[in-house]
Amino acid sequence: MVSPKGSGSPSVTPGRLRVFLRALVSSRVRGRLVWYLVLAVIAIPFFLPFWWMVTSSFKTATEVFADPSFFPSAWRWGNFIDAFRYQPFARHYFNSVYIAVIVTVATVLISSLSGYAYARLRFAGRSLLFVLILSSLMMPSEVTIIPNFFLMSFLGLTNTHWPLILLAVLGAHGALSTFIMRQHFLMIPGELEDAARIDGLGNFGIFLRIAMPIAGAAISAVTILTFLHSWNLFLEPLVFLNELRLFTLPLSLNNFRDAYGVPLWHLQLAATTMSVVPILVVYIMAQQKISSALAFSGLKG
Amino acid sequence: MTQARRNSISGYLFIAPQFVGFLVFVLGPIVAVFVFSLQSRSLLTGESTFIGLQNFRRMFFEDGLFLVTMRNTLVFAGGLVPANMALALGLALALSRGRRGVGFFRTVYFAPVVTSAVAWAIVWRFLLEADRGLVNQYLSVFSITGPNWLREPGWAMLSVIVNRVLKNLGMNMVIFLAAVINVPGEYYEAATLEGANAVQRFRHVTFPHIMPTTMMVLVITLVGSFKVFDTIMLMTQGGPGHATTVLVYYIYFQGFRVFRTGYASALSVVLFVVVFALTLAQWSARKRLSHYET
Repeated sequence: MVSPKGSGSPSVTPGRLRVFLRALVSSRVRGRLVWYLVLAVIAIPFFLPFWWMVTSSFKTATEVFADPSFFPSAWRWGNFIDAFRYQPFARHYFNSVYIAVIVTVATVLISSLSGYAYARLRFAGRSLLFVLILSSLMMPSEVTIIPNFFLMSFLGLTNTHWPLILLAVLGAHGALSTFIMRQHFLMIPGELEDAARIDGLGNFGIFLRIAMPIAGAAISAVTILTFLHSWNLFLEPLVFLNELRLFTLPLSLNNFRDAYGVPLWHLQLAATTMSVVPILVVYIMAQQKISSALAFSGLKG
Repeated sequence: MTQARRNSISGYLFIAPQFVGFLVFVLGPIVAVFVFSLQSRSLLTGESTFIGLQNFRRMFFEDGLFLVTMRNTLVFAGGLVPANMALALGLALALSRGRRGVGFFRTVYFAPVVTSAVAWAIVWRFLLEADRGLVNQYLSVFSITGPNWLREPGWAMLSVIVNRVLKNLGMNMVIFLAAVINVPGEYYEAATLEGANAVQRFRHVTFPHIMPTTMMVLVITLVGSFKVFDTIMLMTQGGPGHATTVLVYYIYFQGFRVFRTGYASALSVVLFVVVFALTLAQWSARKRLSHYET
């Protein structure tokens, strides 16, 4: 049935409208609306860059700027293939992945061992050594980049991936990981260890069989922080690597330029999308766990 | 062998890999950077001569660019830290109300944290392009002619600050969120019973409880702002002119572009002193505030 023009719905009377409007602007509803509106507006500069990055990586080089629309005129998957043709992008991707995996595994192993010792084992000089670690917790690796450059060239390790691994595992980030692990191991009840000792386990056995299995929260915090740390390193690769095939993703992304140094926008965006989206997907799938692990490490630190 | 002796041997063995590495790649280099700062040293040949405090004299009295760099670094930190912390705390408070959609917003605000600074800077460099960038295209809808963000001194500094705030805000937000949620509910109930409004509840209940967290976030954010490099390198290369040349960018420039590693080491010593002072300040603040910790 079509209601006659101008009459509106018969159930809307001025009185009811007034009641409805009053309800709408009642402070409770208004507060809630404002809450959503403010959060949504703030979300724009966080969300938009990702959307623009993904959609623009399907555009042609000229379309990237000529047309700021949020959808490409056609979905050009070719950009993603051309990115691999332009430079050894697959190789760079592999470099980043394998370095991050080695760094993460090594850091978890080494920092949980030392964190356990600082928390649970008594040895002479323990607190002094720990204060040394503690005092450099926040020391940026940038402070020591110059001596480390000389050290690495002395060891013949420049233009290899070793500096990216050694400095990430054993540098200030390793100290932070040790600290996170120690704070966690401090909370283990002593009775657990005593019982294990009576069962004939040695210190390493207790560490491996008793302490590690209940350190999940700390281990995942260290894993996430370390993987991201390694994945995002920029200054170290910039300083230590100059051979194209050794590049990691951050260097590679910045390297989509033609002979005159002008960025090849569409390829650069396609490559950036390929480097960002897998991490984002993992994050979105495990976001509750990831942000609580990071908050955990933050509170401990 | 006694248990105590066994523990002490295991202790040294357990810490050995991390500690030896720490000596070689952190402590040793920190000592070295002080030694290098007293030298004139070439990156290419490694040849060095002792020149006393000349690098520092040059820094403060001859190299005008150093003072510009320090001013830029302070402007950067002074812009970034308050903006980051206020927004992070505000969002944490907003998200601590268990409303529908909290998870979505938290995910969005946190997403840049898991994105590399390089990728984030590359995308924003496009968005901030003068005539064709998205930001200015949208401003032109409101008949505003946006500036050439990355090519005009003041706007370039503002752009890198905002870029960095957006990038790292989520981290501080989840730390604040965890702290706010940890405040025991009965305190709020008691305050409400006594007629405290939202502002009073924040001032007298939330704020004292999250004070230790706030101090920690403040120091971490400050240190983070002093070591910014990748964002600057990708977005402005320290320019236009030297408008966004900050301390670590200048260390990189002196050490690896013009190969004055002695001078770059002296600049690194400045960074060391700043960070070390902040570390000590945090320790003493932590001690004083420790009665709030649960």
